[in-house]
Amino acid sequence: MKPAPFRMERPRDIAGATALLATGGDGAKAMAGSQSLGPMLNLRLATPELIVDLTGIDALRTVREEPGHVVYGALITHADVEDGRVPDVGAHILRRVAGGIAYRAVRNRGTLGGSLAHADPAADWVNALSALGAEVEIAGPDGTRRLAIGAFLTGALSTALAAGEILVAVQVPKVPASARFGYVKHCRKVGEFAHAIGAVLVDPEAGSCRALMGAIDAPPLLFPDAARLFGGHIDAGFAARFDATAADAALTAAGMDDAVDRHVHVEVLRRAAVQAATLFTETRSAA
Amino acid sequence: MSETQAHEGVGARLPRQEGVGARLPRKEDDRLMRGRGQFIADIRMTGMQDVAFVRSPLAHARIRGIHVPDDLKDRVFTAADLDGVKPIRAVSGLPGFKVSEQPVLATGKVRQVGELIAMCVADTRAEAEDMAARVELDLEELPALHDMLEARKPGAPLVHEHWGDNVFLESLVNINIEAAFDAPVKVSRTISTARQCMAPIEGRGAVIHFDHRCDQLVVHTASQMPHIVRSGLSECLQMEEGQIRIISPDVGGGFGYKAILLAEEVCLGWLAQKLRRPVRWLEDRREHLTANANCREHHYEITLYAERDGTLRGIDCEASVDSGAYSAYPFSACLEAAQVASILPGPYDFPAYRCRTWSVATNKCPILPYRGVARTGVCFALEVALDALAAELGLPPEVVRLKNLVRPEQMPFDNITNKHFDSGDYPQALHRALDAIKADTVRARQTAGERDGRRIGLGLSIYCEQAAHGTSVYSGWGIPMVPGHEQAGARLTPDGGLELRIGAHSHGQGLETTLAQVACEILGIPVARTRLVHGDTAMTPYSTGSWGSRVMVMAGGAVATACTELAERVRRIGAHMLQARLDEVRLENGRVVGPAGDVTISQVAHTWYRRPQDLPADVDPHGLEVTAGYKPQRDSGTFSYAAHAVVVAVDPELGEVEILDYVIVEDGGTLVNPMVVDGQILGGLAQGIGTALYEEMPFDTSGQPLASTLADYLLPGAPEVPLPFIDHMATPSPYTAFGVKGIGEGGAIAPPAAIANAINDALRPVGAEMLRAPVTPRRIVESVLKARANRRSAA
Repeated sequence: MKPAPFRMERPRDIAGATALLATGGDGAKAMAGSQSLGPMLNLRLATPELIVDLTGIDALRTVREEPGHVVYGALITHADVEDGRVPDVGAHILRRVAGGIAYRAVRNRGTLGGSLAHADPAADWVNALSALGAEVEIAGPDGTRRLAIGAFLTGALSTALAAGEILVAVQVPKVPASARFGYVKHCRKVGEFAHAIGAVLVDPEAGSCRALMGAIDAPPLLFPDAARLFGGHIDAGFAARFDATAADAALTAAGMDDAVDRHVHVEVLRRAAVQAATLFTETRSAA
Repeated sequence: MSETQAHEGVGARLPRQEGVGARLPRKEDDRLMRGRGQFIADIRMTGMQDVAFVRSPLAHARIRGIHVPDDLKDRVFTAADLDGVKPIRAVSGLPGFKVSEQPVLATGKVRQVGELIAMCVADTRAEAEDMAARVELDLEELPALHDMLEARKPGAPLVHEHWGDNVFLESLVNINIEAAFDAPVKVSRTISTARQCMAPIEGRGAVIHFDHRCDQLVVHTASQMPHIVRSGLSECLQMEEGQIRIISPDVGGGFGYKAILLAEEVCLGWLAQKLRRPVRWLEDRREHLTANANCREHHYEITLYAERDGTLRGIDCEASVDSGAYSAYPFSACLEAAQVASILPGPYDFPAYRCRTWSVATNKCPILPYRGVARTGVCFALEVALDALAAELGLPPEVVRLKNLVRPEQMPFDNITNKHFDSGDYPQALHRALDAIKADTVRARQTAGERDGRRIGLGLSIYCEQAAHGTSVYSGWGIPMVPGHEQAGARLTPDGGLELRIGAHSHGQGLETTLAQVACEILGIPVARTRLVHGDTAMTPYSTGSWGSRVMVMAGGAVATACTELAERVRRIGAHMLQARLDEVRLENGRVVGPAGDVTISQVAHTWYRRPQDLPADVDPHGLEVTAGYKPQRDSGTFSYAAHAVVVAVDPELGEVEILDYVIVEDGGTLVNPMVVDGQILGGLAQGIGTALYEEMPFDTSGQPLASTLADYLLPGAPEVPLPFIDHMATPSPYTAFGVKGIGEGGAIAPPAAIANAINDALRPVGAEMLRAPVTPRRIVESVLKARANRRSAA
């Protein structure tokens, strides 16, 4: 199929983009790498009157390394991250996630900002950046604002972006050297969207752990303090104490009725924990 | 002919460097691999218009109205406009077959999602789609049939009201099944394969215009069977066949999908004449997936009767095939189920058999023949059931198979359904496969267990593939197309090159290379100097086309026959030129050799065409162009076969399956080009892996297809397809030229059964058994959890 007719604008700055989107109202749509919007246009599932192409805005391609975090412009592509053209927040943390997104052709064009704004529950950045505690910067006709990613993601394919607003950057906290990040997804084949995602950011020295179960037809289920999934406390042996029953109960409480789905999500989270634990062993023996 | 003699026969004949048996790279790849192929979508014509169709959004509905905006009246056409166009009728001669008429644009009712309702014409496809979006449909939704078993029940809604039920055809074969009932072991299973979509990289498409100089409708269409499309179009458009010319250019994969006359082709044939302009329709992936390319959906209730040592006493089966809403032209709605009954016995010899089949009409796309046709489903049902039997008996799966496989000393062998096996050694194929996969090592590893918690499984399957079956087989089915003798043309050019003409089509089979190899074997003309003319009804002899793994046998035989006659004519002219007696000259390596010298074929051709004054008055006047016909000595088909063995690792918690090793031992008779055969097997294997693990077109209860993009309809990609070890046995067929057998489909037949058997082997200790293809992660986890729950409640 071919897209329904639409008008296309390519502003050169953020103010121009937000102004266009604000005047276009519900009939306007921002486009970055077009890896999700493109197919939706072609299938006529999206029929905007105006498309605002953001790729002419250089300010969205910048990366700032600041104390405690890295700020990625919305147009940074998955391939930029995968290839190490931008700084990572820890040892191969975002690079590993980026390299597993879809196929290289998608990674060449798809962007961090576009992925978050599309808010597909099975998308890697939606899940990985939630687990890492990222914040997003939003620009609109009335100025800029900042939201925790959990507040930004309001549902499957839905965000807190209001008319005229665009996501301009995402700020990701650096991961301390004492922490490890486990990230596992379950796909039917290489490059497909995940049916379950598990992520664990664990720091036994600090006794802290964030855990996440994603690809659940809603924003990911985040445990900012995941100790209760690991017997109540976090130390080096945390993974062996993974409490599948507690994780299963959390999914039930979140409305996941299907026992097979729950089993798979719980198992994927368990493996993410095991992976994080293994990373400690591997880095120690390498040192 | 015994097996040993057959092998000596091949070995005694040294293959020429480029003749039969040479492992040559494909000539056609030079253009195809450089992106220089010429496909339907590459055709541009002055004034060409694009067509988009308004398709039914509902699976079953009465059409109360179609509202075309006034400003589009001369650009949008419905059934009411199609004067003189007949519906597509694909009738089978089998007794009891009920006829469906498929209007090319819907009249009265729509019976499937995606059925054509109106066509919209514009300068571009996007504008045509804009028009289609403005056509309003007034549809009264009717209860839809999405499940063939429900459709068979009395009182079900009716797809074709005047039938009284939803069964295109019911058939019954019973050969003494009662004799098996006292067998000591009886194993029953319900086994099924999902509805799939064939997925050639290139979809369907057509560019059609009327050529007033030739008084012909010129139809460029991506087709495997140009001459059959011509007959079908002529019937629907009520035109003389001579008024229609079909040109099938490069075709990006067929697999059976491009063997079908589409309603879209008929519509455009009418439209090109109405508008007096070239018109084009290019199928997009959404149309392809949701409206057209469906295949495979089988359901089996199968019971095996056996002795405790594994000897089969009988097989009893009820099989249903979801045929969809209409009978597809030319293969009909019941070819698949009719084949099920005749080929279910596979390569096994046993005394009692009963099979009842139903070809069921539902509110889904017509089922189309896909590589392997019914064989993939049949092989899945029988081979998976045989493993269940082996497990019941506590025997390794190969033991049960070896007890029952037809043996080499029985060849040629007529099986229980009168299939005539021409040659082969099936037990040897199985033994070789077990050796190559190192079955003992795999089983030792399986016993030891895996550190990562996955489970190892070894799976086997074996099948036979009847190919190039001809008049005696197809006349019984009475479908619109019955293959007879195959013709081929062979013509020397004045400079000594060779042109071959065939009515079948090459779209991945490598015929431009392999038929040149056949010609080279006889004439000694280099492959580079031979051109294959195909894909054009104006330039080729009639043929039913490329289907049924028939072309190497049939067109290959016809080319050989034509070249043999041409060789004789060359020899006669050469004898004149050498001033020798005919019995003193021979054709050798492209030269006519006499007692005192020789002349090349090029010199012979030059003399015949350019210097006829050098030839005597009584020269043979027939010239250097021959059309010859061919049929094998028996037309009941060649029997190629293969044993597949696969090792998988199954993750019981997530249901992920990894193929660790894959072995194929196949016997395709004499191989004209082993590299091309390997390519056919590799492509088939990829498709078989798709059937086994990934491909499924689900429907909801209202008959809506749920996979409309390739994000939802999963095909295996490069990481999912292993490189198999392939071993060729090459037992020549006693009935065909050079002893070749058809092998085009085999690669896609055995993998689903082998892979499911491997998964079941891995999961047997867990208590899970997978009986539906594709074996998805979800189905595995579901089954594992159920088995655990059962064991808990039993404990």
